[in-house]
Amino acid sequence: MNTEAKAGNEREQPGAPGDLRASLLKYAGGLALAIILTLVSFWVSESGAVWPGGVPVLLAALAIAQMGVHLLLFLHISSGPENTNNIMSLAFGVFVVVLVIFGSMIIMHSLDTRMNDMPASPHATMAMP
Amino acid sequence: MFGKLSWSAIPTDQPIPLIAAGLVALGMLGVAGWITKRGWWTLLWTDWITSVDHKKIGVMYVLLALVMLVRGFIDALMMRTQQALAANGARGFLPPEHFDQIFSAHGTIMIFFVGMAFMVGLMNFVVPLQIGARDVAFPTLNSVSFWLTATGVLLLNLSLVIGEFARTGWLAYPPLSELAYSPGVGVDYYLWAIQISGVGTLLSGINLTATILKMRTVGMGYMRMPIFCWTALTSNLLIIAAFPILTATLAMLTLDRYLGFHFFTNDLGGNVMMYVNLIWAWGHPEVYILILPAFGVFSEVIATFAGKPIFGYRSMAAAALAICMLSFMVWLHHFFTMGASADVNAFFGVMTMIIAVPTGVKVFNWLWTLYGGSIRFSVPLMWSLGFMVTFIIGGMTGVLLAIPPVDFVTHNSLFLVAHFHNVIIGGVIFGAYAGYNYWFPKAFGFTLDERWGRATFWCWLVGFYLAFMPLYLLGLMGATRRMQHYAEPEWQPLMVVALAGAVLICIGIGCTVVQLVVSIRTRARRRDATGDPWDGRSLEWATPSPPPAFNFASPVLVNERDTFWAAKQAGLPAPGLPEMPAPSSVPVPERSGTGFFIAFFATGLGFGMVWHIWWMAIAGLLGIVGVALRLAWRKIDETELGGDAVAAPYLARDREAA
Amino acid sequence: MSTVVDNPVQTITRPVPVSQRGPAPRHVVTTYGMWLFLLSDIVMFSAFFAAFVVLRDHTAGGPAGHALFHRQTVLAETACLLFSSFSCALLGLGVEHRHKLATYGAAAATLVLGAAFMTLEVSEFMHMIAIGAGPGRSAFLSGFFALVGLHGIHVACGMLWLIVMLAQVATLGFLPKVARRLQCFALYWHAIDIVWVGVFTVVYLGAFT
Repeated sequence: MNTEAKAGNEREQPGAPGDLRASLLKYAGGLALAIILTLVSFWVSESGAVWPGGVPVLLAALAIAQMGVHLLLFLHISSGPENTNNIMSLAFGVFVVVLVIFGSMIIMHSLDTRMNDMPASPHATMAMP
Repeated sequence: MFGKLSWSAIPTDQPIPLIAAGLVALGMLGVAGWITKRGWWTLLWTDWITSVDHKKIGVMYVLLALVMLVRGFIDALMMRTQQALAANGARGFLPPEHFDQIFSAHGTIMIFFVGMAFMVGLMNFVVPLQIGARDVAFPTLNSVSFWLTATGVLLLNLSLVIGEFARTGWLAYPPLSELAYSPGVGVDYYLWAIQISGVGTLLSGINLTATILKMRTVGMGYMRMPIFCWTALTSNLLIIAAFPILTATLAMLTLDRYLGFHFFTNDLGGNVMMYVNLIWAWGHPEVYILILPAFGVFSEVIATFAGKPIFGYRSMAAAALAICMLSFMVWLHHFFTMGASADVNAFFGVMTMIIAVPTGVKVFNWLWTLYGGSIRFSVPLMWSLGFMVTFIIGGMTGVLLAIPPVDFVTHNSLFLVAHFHNVIIGGVIFGAYAGYNYWFPKAFGFTLDERWGRATFWCWLVGFYLAFMPLYLLGLMGATRRMQHYAEPEWQPLMVVALAGAVLICIGIGCTVVQLVVSIRTRARRRDATGDPWDGRSLEWATPSPPPAFNFASPVLVNERDTFWAAKQAGLPAPGLPEMPAPSSVPVPERSGTGFFIAFFATGLGFGMVWHIWWMAIAGLLGIVGVALRLAWRKIDETELGGDAVAAPYLARDREAA
Repeated sequence: MSTVVDNPVQTITRPVPVSQRGPAPRHVVTTYGMWLFLLSDIVMFSAFFAAFVVLRDHTAGGPAGHALFHRQTVLAETACLLFSSFSCALLGLGVEHRHKLATYGAAAATLVLGAAFMTLEVSEFMHMIAIGAGPGRSAFLSGFFALVGLHGIHVACGMLWLIVMLAQVATLGFLPKVARRLQCFALYWHAIDIVWVGVFTVVYLGAFT
């Protein structure tokens, strides 16, 4: 289109070598951070060092942090004006994901606790005709 | 070799589907014969089937919706007749297993292939024109979306004559929809028809969202685009966010049925209620996906025929966004009675009442737009006025249903049925008709006949009230939904009134067909020479009717809301819009058979999966991949249209208008 | 681009907001469309996550996660995907600099790591099925196989897509549309790594908590 305006700093042309080093450093940093966060998650889950009640919360926080690392360093989410649409859509997506997962958990838990007790014995594993 | 398929799949013992199939076959032969007589086959292929032009695709969606409206309505007539007859021991004419398929097909068709198809069609046609764009963001993908929807329609209609349809209702709740209780192919037809067309819908959601956010013309900031674009944006955002939930949930049911998984089975730990929860997490946003574009249509129509800008533009945009967010926070109101605690029920009850507020804001804004305006009672405006009265009644019964204790009495009664038909017919269908009458001249270059348009409206309006007000009463009297027969003789008179209403609506649909035929026959009288038959406000009215493939010759420079209206008021002759310099040539996307062929193979995939014809399913899947690969290596993506060809349609329009 | 706005006191030059600059360049539109698709994909995953979490304890007398999962395997799978994300980022750089060798090399590394991941996962699945802990055994296992299997299908499809893209680079070179498609692939590949972070945390580590 002749009237296309350059709406952002996204490049289609080959970049300069200086940018290459900066990009490589960013990616290496992202990889390192992700590895660290992964190893810490595994450690938290395995070792008894963390109070058991706090483990799920800590794991969730580590997972979210690592997702953030991926988003920022690999997917280049930034707060620039060209990125506003991406951030708004991401926020909406996260909103829906949280509602679906936590909403379902709360609702299903409520339904579950109010169900009359079902026989929990292994005999209840017979398949229906 | 052919899986479960055999000659016994054809219902030779049931006269109704055979007669229906016969009529459809005759109809299709008739159309084919007419096309052959006119020598239109090549044109059909090059100009419509392989078109990637959003305007053509929009028209095809609307045509599909109108045809399916007839199909779904015949289901409705049959149900109304059955219920008017089968009181107090009388058996009616529809055996239960047939009746069950009819109400399931009716709901599925009306929601997916009438409501969605119509709204997506309108948005497809109008949005690029209103934002001053040449087409949508991904034109070929747009064609794929349409044809995948057609595949869904084909699969669903095939179930009438080859096999059977689901008997589970339009949402196919387990455990009834599980293999143990629905061993036939009916639920499988349902699953594959919806899944395949669901992919099309999701892609369409992505397409239109990207279009609205990234392809508006120069100067058209968010607060300068028409309200229809705001509601289209929020509707498509909802599609992107909600349809994957449907895909996932139906996939889980498919895994249960095909591979013996236990998501929703009665045994080995399955949780039936989880299906209900997830399906409505999609289902509620779905109804807002349907209604938001209709709200947009009414905003455009009311502003145009009151001769005033829409009142409270900012609050309209804010209300659409609020509805978008809130629609994800109310879904439990569809299953208050499933047994969640009072706290949980109360939360969702309150949220459901809150979501009525932004809609109320919109209604007041429409009223204040009309107030003090110079009102022209055109057919689209009549539909809008009918909508405002009807939808409000439906909305109020919705707020009533939002109170959990009330819902415990009315859940799944005819009161509920009346409510949702009230809002869907009063909102979506009336909006569809308003949009159809309003934008028809833009698409085809001549307006629709007014008299038959009014006849259609009055038949629908009176017919609707006759058909559904009795259902409110019946619901309060204890009548449940989906009854093939009932014992109470005192319900029958109301059922007969409802049947009378359905017959009147049928006449209204007949009037729609007559309106189209008459309008085409007398089109010379109602030519739209200026491209602006209604003295409109937004950019689509600045183009010739019908617009050329590339929409705008020069990109429009927008510096305020309703730029076209402002240009007219400033006394400039159209297209006296502020424009960027005319380009030397304009790129037009290349037409492609990709959509059609992907849908062809998807039909094979779906049919093969339904009947367990594995080689057909695999061939279908490979075919889809093959077509996609062919597109990936396509040499020519666009053709450059030279200066004269670009200017010609506008010069012709200016000559005629002068 | 800027507009000049006069007021009686002074002349202000303000840059035109992005929303008013007109249609975005093609690659911005395409990658944004891919972004929206990925968000929809993540919502689809969230429904499977929700089902998994709800059905996690419905083992119907059969084996639960901690009896079936091996931490080392999961760690290895995670390493494969993390490093493949890095090689995918290098792939992006290769495309950006129109460097065929870097592109092929990074793509090959991504494919090898992806294949390693798939091998580990498929053998895990096959082992579980062999010992009677297949998806039909219980709702918990249905949820597991569906969620993790869906992710695995995404990885496999991604690999097929990458192979097709390599064929495109080989036959068409770095055409703008080829470069755009590779950008979309990179977004996709990083997104499925993000999903994996959720999977290994919720499904695997969650089983041992």
